[in-house]
Amino acid sequence: MYVWIWRHLPGNLALRLAQVALLLAVVAAILLFLVFPWVEPKLWFTHVTVNQ
Amino acid sequence: MTDMNPPNWAAPEPESDGGTVATAPQPGRRRAHAGRDRVLFALRGVGQTLITAGLVILLFVVYEVWVSNIFANLKQDHVRHVLAQDWANGDDPVAGLPGNGASTIPLGTGIANLYIPRLGNDYHFTIVQGTDEADLDEGPGHYVDTALPGQLGDFAVAGHRVGKGEPFLNVDQLEPGDAIVVQTKSDWYIYRVFGDTANGNLAVTGDAPPAGAVVTSPAPQQALGAGVVGREIVDPSDGNVILPVPNKPGMAATGALMTLTTCHPKFEANKRMIVHAYLARVVPASGSALPKELSGGTL
Repeated sequence: MYVWIWRHLPGNLALRLAQVALLLAVVAAILLFLVFPWVEPKLWFTHVTVNQ
Repeated sequence: MTDMNPPNWAAPEPESDGGTVATAPQPGRRRAHAGRDRVLFALRGVGQTLITAGLVILLFVVYEVWVSNIFANLKQDHVRHVLAQDWANGDDPVAGLPGNGASTIPLGTGIANLYIPRLGNDYHFTIVQGTDEADLDEGPGHYVDTALPGQLGDFAVAGHRVGKGEPFLNVDQLEPGDAIVVQTKSDWYIYRVFGDTANGNLAVTGDAPPAGAVVTSPAPQQALGAGVVGREIVDPSDGNVILPVPNKPGMAATGALMTLTTCHPKFEANKRMIVHAYLARVVPASGSALPKELSGGTL
């Protein structure tokens, strides 16, 4: 998958590296701001209350 | 004639760059190659997937112990600011509410400030109403059906241990007699952790308040001793720890208590860590003066 992406990126080496950095940033942002906040409450280790 | 040779030799090269294998067209060898390539391709796919999963989990750890704190601190700052503004405007979210009248406060509203000197002079959180996920994102949350600060009964508060502002990260460091200071618009309430102050044993029950403590809560503190310990580890299903008299179902409140609940052990949370404290002192608020239990306090 990574090889396929690398092959399909246009431009020279520097341009490709910049695009890779951008892609990584976008993926990290989606995970940090959307996926993790959604997934976290469903996991047990963030629960701190006792049942009333 | 010899001049023409180099271009002829070089001609196939661009094609081999494109990924096509330029080996001699022998059908049998080609099939064997294709089979091996498929296996390699599949193995590489599995490897990349595992590495990706590992990196995502690593990023989740970063989120949990660092990024979630940034988000939570922003929300906590907002709640603290709004509560300070309410107080400045003369509004007090907990004013005039009887016991169990607490549920009229909107969830997520800041109700009081919490200071625990043992956890640092700068330890300061605003307690919000409610213990739902969204409430606890903002700060330590008050169990809605329990008493309010200073009231007869148990003022119970839940807080995150790891991430989300981690207000109760070091709650395990509390020792018998340690002050838990709660500030409302009208008063400072100084709770002290149960246990034997002489030997630091949190499991000892029935500790009387320190000699000379001014007790203004409705009941003599000695009466609270009935089975209440400084700290206990319980199952998440054990709601009895936040009863008016902890672990005594059906017993009417005999004094003003405070209970902290958080997850235990850290990062795992199969259990809950519970800290119980009793009201030892009440001081009316006076401008910006702090109670003696806090650094620089005079009240």
